[in-house]
Amino acid sequence: MDLAEIARSVRLDVLDMTARMGGHPTSCFSAVEILTVLYLGGILRFKSDEPTWPERDRFILSKGHAAPALYAVLARAGFFPLSELSQFRTVDSPLHGHPKQNVSIGVEVTSGSLGQGLSFGLGTALAARLGHLVYRVYVLLGDGECDEGQVWEAAMAAAHYKADNLTAIVDYNKYQQTGPIDREMALEPFADKWKAFGWHVEEAEGHDMEDLRKQLGCARLIRGRPQVVIAHTKKGKGVSFMESDYTFHARSPSGDQLQQAREEILHAYR
Amino acid sequence: MRIGEEARLPPGTKQMRDAFAGALVDVARANERVIALDGDLSSSTGMGSMRKTFPNRFFNIGIAEANLVGVSAGFAACGFIPFVGSLPCFLLPNAYDQLRLQVSIAGLNVKLLGSHAGVATGREGPTSHSIEDFALVGGLPSFSILVPSDETAMAACVKAAVDHVGPVYIRSSRGEFPRVYPEECHVRIGKANVVRKGSDVTLAACGLMVGVALDAAAMLEKEGVQARVLDMLSVKPIDREAVLAAARETGAIVTAEEHLVRGGMGAAVAQVAAEEHPVPMRFIGIHDTHLESGSVEELMTCHHFTARDIVEAALKVVAAKGRR
Repeated sequence: MDLAEIARSVRLDVLDMTARMGGHPTSCFSAVEILTVLYLGGILRFKSDEPTWPERDRFILSKGHAAPALYAVLARAGFFPLSELSQFRTVDSPLHGHPKQNVSIGVEVTSGSLGQGLSFGLGTALAARLGHLVYRVYVLLGDGECDEGQVWEAAMAAAHYKADNLTAIVDYNKYQQTGPIDREMALEPFADKWKAFGWHVEEAEGHDMEDLRKQLGCARLIRGRPQVVIAHTKKGKGVSFMESDYTFHARSPSGDQLQQAREEILHAYR
Repeated sequence: MRIGEEARLPPGTKQMRDAFAGALVDVARANERVIALDGDLSSSTGMGSMRKTFPNRFFNIGIAEANLVGVSAGFAACGFIPFVGSLPCFLLPNAYDQLRLQVSIAGLNVKLLGSHAGVATGREGPTSHSIEDFALVGGLPSFSILVPSDETAMAACVKAAVDHVGPVYIRSSRGEFPRVYPEECHVRIGKANVVRKGSDVTLAACGLMVGVALDAAAMLEKEGVQARVLDMLSVKPIDREAVLAAARETGAIVTAEEHLVRGGMGAAVAQVAAEEHPVPMRFIGIHDTHLESGSVEELMTCHHFTARDIVEAALKVVAAKGRR
């Protein structure tokens, strides 16, 4: 199956999971290609049959509300059966509404209160150095999440410690819960902020997996400082009426709209 | 009169923070997974000993407590045993979200060192007092709380924290504490120590207040009251067995802590007694207020947590016991 097909399946899973049990479908859709290329496009080194492998690359989902997309990708990466997705948000399932750390299924970090993943990622990156391991750490941040001061505390410390095995990816979908980023809490000049904190910055087309792979490859070559890939994405990507309506942040379509969303996802990317 | 003098406790030989400094280096020497993460207070907390002895295992994360705790969680997830050093008044309120979400929920093996707790910062004023740390950490499932009552107990608590897999908060202080354990101290998470035998009333104390309670017990003895003194080294989990034995065998309990009474150690003791063996109780501590800038002695006197206050409370519960 090619990566675009996988991305399509992941979107369908996310739609089903969030329509059934609630969640944040549009925040998942913007991150689908990022997650797919990381796990299934050869970026992350991991062994799904040995999830605690000490030398595995770490993926830290800081924007925890994109949990359904992470679960759908982890299942396809072999960490657990696809059938487990049907148990999302039920009491006997490890697939919590927001991720709870559980390395046995590939969930590296607890998240859901925003702003915390980059600090955790920095800790794991410094641990690699101290433990003489060569793994890399990737942290996926939301754009609205960058309102949190802790993100910038971590950015400052990562540059101070020259954590060049740490790559942040920002899912820059241009919306936070209550509206457009530039209206609610502007981030621009965003790349300049990261540069000012001592980071190497790349920008990518966040739904183009070849471009993501290329920019992540560039980031990997940087020595002496952490890198950020600002991935330009679309909130709700893949479903026309969700792309144009940010009120789908914490709700899913139902009825006819749900059917339409399925159709659009099924027939996109042909 | 110095704390511990009435009870004839030997004076401390070192400050509590120096006791921590030595203990940390000892456990780090024995276990290479032990590291130190500092909130830019290592010159105050004792954590500077790691910077000096194992500089590659010491990281100053700066004046950024949220990031400090997040970084510690990352290290812990990779198998390290990070000690996070700061003052509780800064660390806990600033990083409570991170402690809850990243450390408590996953039960990560992070050890917190809160120095200058209680009113040890005295004249620095209410912004620097730490009188709510038990309540805050107590609200985090999976955390244990250890409160050493002297320098010997500190070393044992640091070792017990490393031996325990899971998050632990160790409450430390700035100055010298009288020697409750001149020889050795056994620390087990979830266990209190009987540091004085008695059958008329139990004084359950922790930290600096153990020395104060021992003074109170010596004063009570002159009035013919034999007080048992419990060192509640493990504030969480609380030692149910020791509390229930105290309730059954002495019939009255006074708790004493350098902390708010609400949400404190005494409340945990009372909960155990109330469930299974209610007895008359009094609670010595700070009653729903922030304190002034003053010396430790002044603050203890103004807010009624001296040995004399414990004696008065003990006499009241002993009297109440007779009326039941």
